[in-house]
Amino acid sequence: MGADKKAVPFKGTEEQKQQLLEMIAGLKNERGALMPILQKAQDIYGYLPIEVQTMISDETGIPLEKIYGVATFYSQFSLYPKGKNQISVCLGTACYVKGSGDVYNKLMEKLGIEGGQCTPDGKFSLDACRCIGACGLAPVMTINGEVYGKLTADMLDGILAKYE
Amino acid sequence: MIMADEMKLVNVKVNGIPVAAPIGTTILDAAHMAGVKIPTLCYLKGTNEVGDCRLCLVESTKARGLVASCMYPLSAMDEGAEIKTNTPVILESRKRTLELILSTHERKCLSCVRSGNCELQKLCKEYGVDDEKLYDGYRNEFELDTTAVHMVRDNNKCILCRRCVGACDNIQGLGIIGANNRGFASFIGCAFDKGLGETSCIHCGQCIVACPTGALYEKDDTAKIEAAIADPEKLVIVQPAPSIRATLGEEFGLPIGTDVEGKMATAFRRLGFDKIFDTDFGADLTIMEESAELIERVQKGGALPMITSCSPGWVKYCETYYPEQIGHLSTCKSPQQMFGAVTKTYYAEKLGIDPKNIFTVGVMPCTAKKFEVTRDQSAVPGVMDVDVSITTRELARMIKRHDIDFTALPDGSFDDPLGESTGAAVIFGVTGGVMEAALRTAVEKLTGETLEKVEFNEVRGFDGIKEATYNVAGTEIKVAVASGLKNAKVLMDQIEAGTSPYTFIEIMGCPGGCINGGGQPLVDSMVRNFVDVRALRANALYANDAAKTLRKSHENPSIKKIYEEYFAEPGSHKAHEILHCSYVKRSIN
Ligand code: SF4
Ligand code: SF4
Ligand code: SF4
Ligand code: FES
Repeated sequence: MGADKKAVPFKGTEEQKQQLLEMIAGLKNERGALMPILQKAQDIYGYLPIEVQTMISDETGIPLEKIYGVATFYSQFSLYPKGKNQISVCLGTACYVKGSGDVYNKLMEKLGIEGGQCTPDGKFSLDACRCIGACGLAPVMTINGEVYGKLTADMLDGILAKYE
Repeated sequence: MIMADEMKLVNVKVNGIPVAAPIGTTILDAAHMAGVKIPTLCYLKGTNEVGDCRLCLVESTKARGLVASCMYPLSAMDEGAEIKTNTPVILESRKRTLELILSTHERKCLSCVRSGNCELQKLCKEYGVDDEKLYDGYRNEFELDTTAVHMVRDNNKCILCRRCVGACDNIQGLGIIGANNRGFASFIGCAFDKGLGETSCIHCGQCIVACPTGALYEKDDTAKIEAAIADPEKLVIVQPAPSIRATLGEEFGLPIGTDVEGKMATAFRRLGFDKIFDTDFGADLTIMEESAELIERVQKGGALPMITSCSPGWVKYCETYYPEQIGHLSTCKSPQQMFGAVTKTYYAEKLGIDPKNIFTVGVMPCTAKKFEVTRDQSAVPGVMDVDVSITTRELARMIKRHDIDFTALPDGSFDDPLGESTGAAVIFGVTGGVMEAALRTAVEKLTGETLEKVEFNEVRGFDGIKEATYNVAGTEIKVAVASGLKNAKVLMDQIEAGTSPYTFIEIMGCPGGCINGGGQPLVDSMVRNFVDVRALRANALYANDAAKTLRKSHENPSIKKIYEEYFAEPGSHKAHEILHCSYVKRSIN
């Protein structure tokens, strides 16, 4: 079995559901409808949790595993919402040689999630990114667009505390 | 229907041997016609045709580079092609392909359930892999998925050929398993990486018999049987399903389709079972109950079409995907469960022993039978109808480790009274067999006359869906037979839409019926792709039936006796309490 998927409570609204159902009704009889359905569903909800994929499966008759297989194959799809605070660690070459990999690992450990996931309380999501053009400050990360440079693992608690 | 175009031939040479093949034939099939055996690994005809593994590569003067022979249809453009399958470049490429597969494979042949009949192992040997760790590097490690009642998935031994996915999707139409993630991180699993036991898997085991390696295997329950046999308190009864006699021999190197009924009976005796009975008795009993139920539904206006309920994978499928239609299922327990229920009631009372001390073992072609024994439907509260259900493969394993030289065994016979059966029961093991057996009894009951010809050839054969109309005592009875759940779906959609024209439907979960069940001996894909294993196995059952004097369930003397002594008549109150069951609505997961 794969990595343990941390569940973030689903907060979909009735309005989003109506939008989803209408969208599926309009698309489901076309060939190759799954990709556009998943893209639009992600536009509606921001991500594709089990609740949304199950609704898609029920409406289209496509087995849930098929939908999940596609959703995990293409990197454009996310199974997790973005957190209130979005952390992005640069794994570009310059940052990586200066130890951003360690920073990234440390953050996963502290937040208890994998890259690409969101903490169950919805506060933080964590992603890796390519070079953001701040190599002079390597290793760097951003939180909600704010840049933190010359990072070491022991600075992380202090930084995260500002966003609690 | 064959189109005119496909009848046109294209002439090619395979390793110098000329062959004229119909246009559209794959190079793989054309080579087979020329007597050339090209190795395949991911290709399983009709189940998985994806061209992923690159093991079947060949050269052709009409194609550039090496091409995958399993996916290359010959066209008029290939006229005159010289195809080579064994050049040094090809042999080297196959060896490298295998070495690369091994680089991420947990190589534990010595303790692997498939050692000796693993397709990967066989190919490595044939193509001269001499260093299994040549390309070793990082390898994903997977936890075993043991959540399902019937089987284990060990992705450490999975080579991502997707044959299991094809079985679940293309044959059964379920799509419970598939490839998750991409690239190096990809693996075969269920939606949201749930364990198989948390999904709507119907336990058919078709994925297991599709798998070339030790990644998928049934849960082995033989130790429980050995413990019961060793326990002096227990009376241990065995009942093999009809199809086991037609397949068990394969495990000991006998040709596919050898009937080993007599040797099997002796093997049971030597294993130490106290009573060697036969699920065929349960099958005859099923026919008595089911034909009475059908006649009653027709005469009193019950839910029609009535659908057979012998196949537990099918039953769970109906409960899950057509929960509103479960009223169409016959309330008869399956032959395995009827038989078990009889051992814990009638037989226990006859011997005057506590049913708790009777241990009943089913030997089944089917992994879903492991699920069926856990269903809440016991005849005696707190006592399971059947204690353990094992597959043909597990029985063979037991026989081997108990020092029994199977092929040298003398023929033995079953014990009385629950070992007596008719030809109608033995054909239960093949698609159409339950229908035919039921018709043999129902027609005689309804007309009051003796059938001149007991064969109902219309419901024999391996079409996914078969239909026939019979005029019985002035009434038209329209019947249908389906095997494989993708075919069952067609009939169920008709019922759901209210357009089903049938009175009686037989459904078996596995394509071809029990002879091709998920618990049957594994057959190498390189054989399966060219030989109809189902037909060979079915022939053994039809021959067994034809050789019997008694070929109708209601003529079985032990069946007559059990009604005289115990159940009074089919469908009686007592029969309902012991031999019938109810169904539950399930949701799709
Ligand atoms: S799957 Fe085949 S190659 Fe792998 S360990 Fe088992 S027997 Fe050996
Ligand atoms: S046992 Fe049958 S239903 Fe379950 S995963 Fe395998 S093929 Fe699919
Ligand atoms: S589990 Fe078996 S059949 Fe399925 S992909 Fe892996 S090796 Fe192939
Ligand atoms: S590509 Fe032909 S057998 Fe795999």
